[in-house]
Amino acid sequence: MDVVFLSRLQFALTIMFHYIFPPLTIGLSLVIVYLLALRLKTGAAIYDTAARFWTKIFGINFAVGVATGIVMEFQFGTNWAVYSRYVGDVFGSALAAEGIFAFFLESGFLAVLLFGWDRVGARFHLFAATMVSLGSIFSSVWITVANSWQQTPAGFVLREHTVNQRTFWRAEITDFWAMVFNPSSVHRLVHVWFGAFILGAFFVMSIAAWYLLHGRHQEFARRSFGGALALATIFSLAQLASGHLQAGNVAEHQPAKLAAFEGLYATEAGTGMYLWGWPSDEAGKVLFGLQVPGMLALLVDGDPAATVPGLDRLEADWGRPPVWTSFQSYHWMVLIGGLFIVATLYASFLRWRGTLFDKRWLLWFFVFAVLLAFAANQLGWVAAEVGRQPWIVYPTVAADGTVTGGLRTADAVSEVVTSGQVLGSIVMFGFIYLLLFVLWLTVLNHKIQSGPEDHAAEAGGTAGRELLDAASRRLGHEDSMTENRAPAPGRA
Amino acid sequence: MDLNILWFLLLGVLLGGYAVLDGFDFGVGILSPLARTDRERRIVINSIGPIWDGNEVWLVTFGGAMFAAFPEVYATVFSGYYVAFMLVLLALILRAVSLEFRSKRSTPAWRTMWDWGFFASSALAAVLFGVAVGSLLVGIPVDDRGIFAGGFFDIVFPSAQPFFPVLVGLLTAALFTLHGAIYLTLKTEGELQERVKRWIWHSFGTFLVLYILTTIFALATVPQALENFRHFPWAWAIVVLSVLAIGNIPRAIFNGQGGQAFLSSALVILCLVSLLGIALFPNLVTSSVASGNSLTIYNAASSPKTLTIMAIIAALGMPFVLAYTGVIYWTFRGKVELHDHSY
Repeated sequence: MDVVFLSRLQFALTIMFHYIFPPLTIGLSLVIVYLLALRLKTGAAIYDTAARFWTKIFGINFAVGVATGIVMEFQFGTNWAVYSRYVGDVFGSALAAEGIFAFFLESGFLAVLLFGWDRVGARFHLFAATMVSLGSIFSSVWITVANSWQQTPAGFVLREHTVNQRTFWRAEITDFWAMVFNPSSVHRLVHVWFGAFILGAFFVMSIAAWYLLHGRHQEFARRSFGGALALATIFSLAQLASGHLQAGNVAEHQPAKLAAFEGLYATEAGTGMYLWGWPSDEAGKVLFGLQVPGMLALLVDGDPAATVPGLDRLEADWGRPPVWTSFQSYHWMVLIGGLFIVATLYASFLRWRGTLFDKRWLLWFFVFAVLLAFAANQLGWVAAEVGRQPWIVYPTVAADGTVTGGLRTADAVSEVVTSGQVLGSIVMFGFIYLLLFVLWLTVLNHKIQSGPEDHAAEAGGTAGRELLDAASRRLGHEDSMTENRAPAPGRA
Repeated sequence: MDLNILWFLLLGVLLGGYAVLDGFDFGVGILSPLARTDRERRIVINSIGPIWDGNEVWLVTFGGAMFAAFPEVYATVFSGYYVAFMLVLLALILRAVSLEFRSKRSTPAWRTMWDWGFFASSALAAVLFGVAVGSLLVGIPVDDRGIFAGGFFDIVFPSAQPFFPVLVGLLTAALFTLHGAIYLTLKTEGELQERVKRWIWHSFGTFLVLYILTTIFALATVPQALENFRHFPWAWAIVVLSVLAIGNIPRAIFNGQGGQAFLSSALVILCLVSLLGIALFPNLVTSSVASGNSLTIYNAASSPKTLTIMAIIAALGMPFVLAYTGVIYWTFRGKVELHDHSY
């Protein structure tokens, strides 16, 4: 196994594990802001209870997101040094902006959100939650801008740079805003955001549905489910629109990627679209597929008789993206998206009719649907990143077909890192991330089983309530009644 | 002032800020086994509980800024120090996990395991950072393309000065331990605080010995450090300042002025980071095989346009960062209180 393959494998594993957490952070942060706003406005205990519950879950999630995120920032340098030298002038500033504008904001105010319940007033607490949410969203902006620049580079020029006796080409920025608003930034960013909102909504629905099915925390669960369902319905529909726009963007700027998504081995007029299938490189076509004739041509060019270029149009030396992975990840993401639209619309209809919470089979669906939401977020990125292969920075293709610039993935790995070292670090990450995953699930499950606690409207002091609190929490918990409670006033 | 020097200084600010802030986080971690009961351990952990994550962001921003301003250095150092960086990541992840999950279960075995995780990860990270600094002062074998052509042992035990990086690693751990102990006196009270004050004396003594040893070694065996002191004689003022700050620590502690002691230890850290910068300047990576191979703030840098854009980003963003960081620290001032939502 060579160092290129291993470095790609490591990046894929670490980014996919990392990406479990940030979309959930973004989605849940909105839920928490909403609840804290209502707590400030109405003072009702149920909002305080709900906010505390979701914040506890949020906290663990955030921590694992940060821990796995630092790995990503370092990994550009450790494993992709050639890439870093090539794009540092352009990409680096987006990353630095992410640190200065986003990470400080979310990690700083996280302190108040998680630990400030009894120290600050409801107004500042809401402000802190809003800053955490803004920070997480802003962070997604910069990293998505950076990735979009890789896909559709803009605002740069290739120049020779000399280090001591040697000279090499690298990208240098010419226009910051052109770099930021490169052709795919906005589409990708919106799509990422909607994916995060959908995940947050399905996560809430999953837990709420669980409570409803077990007859626990009924009022909390009904209201949570209702609110989250509304979010999920709106954004599932919006995601379809966003996806369409983004696919159109891909058709225009990365036609090879679209061809891989759709398994277009051979160019045909009236290009059809597969609903599913099994692309075969050997056969040079999609097997076991169900194709809607003219559909792709219609979506891309507005004319079902048009021709969408296939992979056969690529120059021999371009290299081909892996078709099977691109096709399947793209299609399963779309299928999940379609399922979500149907399910949320149906559930919304039933809710309007008042019979939603009687349909146990539907509630069970929503308990497990969050797994599909996680999957869809991952599959989208797999499609985007595998579809751009063999490039790590997409080249510029002129109207006459000449290809300039670009950096191939195979040429981008660090010069000095050996496959043995990467294998070692893959094993290390494998162990740690497995441990992290188990821990995260364990603590998550424990928090869910414990459920939202009734802190009521008693702000501040816990005097006299300690014992009752501890007793009521004893049911179904492992926490000891005597261990590690904050001391009653008067005791050191 | 030219942009390259400006970014050299700004990186120094980010590194210094990180060392001062995460420095006491690591110090608290290194000291944590000295807390005896579960409640004491919780107090120690919660002294940094709300703020450690924000402190760590200084490292992330330092890395991002290095990538953007001096991509050649980012690429050479991060890939060349591959194993070291993987160990750093291991330490940082382990620390986060230890802090986050420790109190989520109440069995003693669980908590003891994560307490050791907190200690080990803090100690490992502190030593590794010091080793990295030490190796950069000694220099590493970079070729004429600015690529590091050595392995893990060339970093930790460079042939020119085999013991210097480890010595700096131990010094860093001792300094962070001292800094963390002083921080803990500000956050604890009663009997625990009395014991913490004893820890300060022990860690101060250890630090002092290592500081003197490292200074002697540096003067004797790291010639380029001295070179720059000849070019910039004002650098001696920083040395004097650091010595005064070191001296002020026991004085302030003896007089019960914990806050002043903390500012002094912070100043010591900043002085040492400054001296690192002065010793390296204008290199960022000094080649130990051929001085012409060194990566400087000029040949390793991004284009002037990028440096300008980043300076604007920093000018816009950092004042906010400093302001709200101050507000957040102010929110959590005073002694540690344990609540349901504490670690």
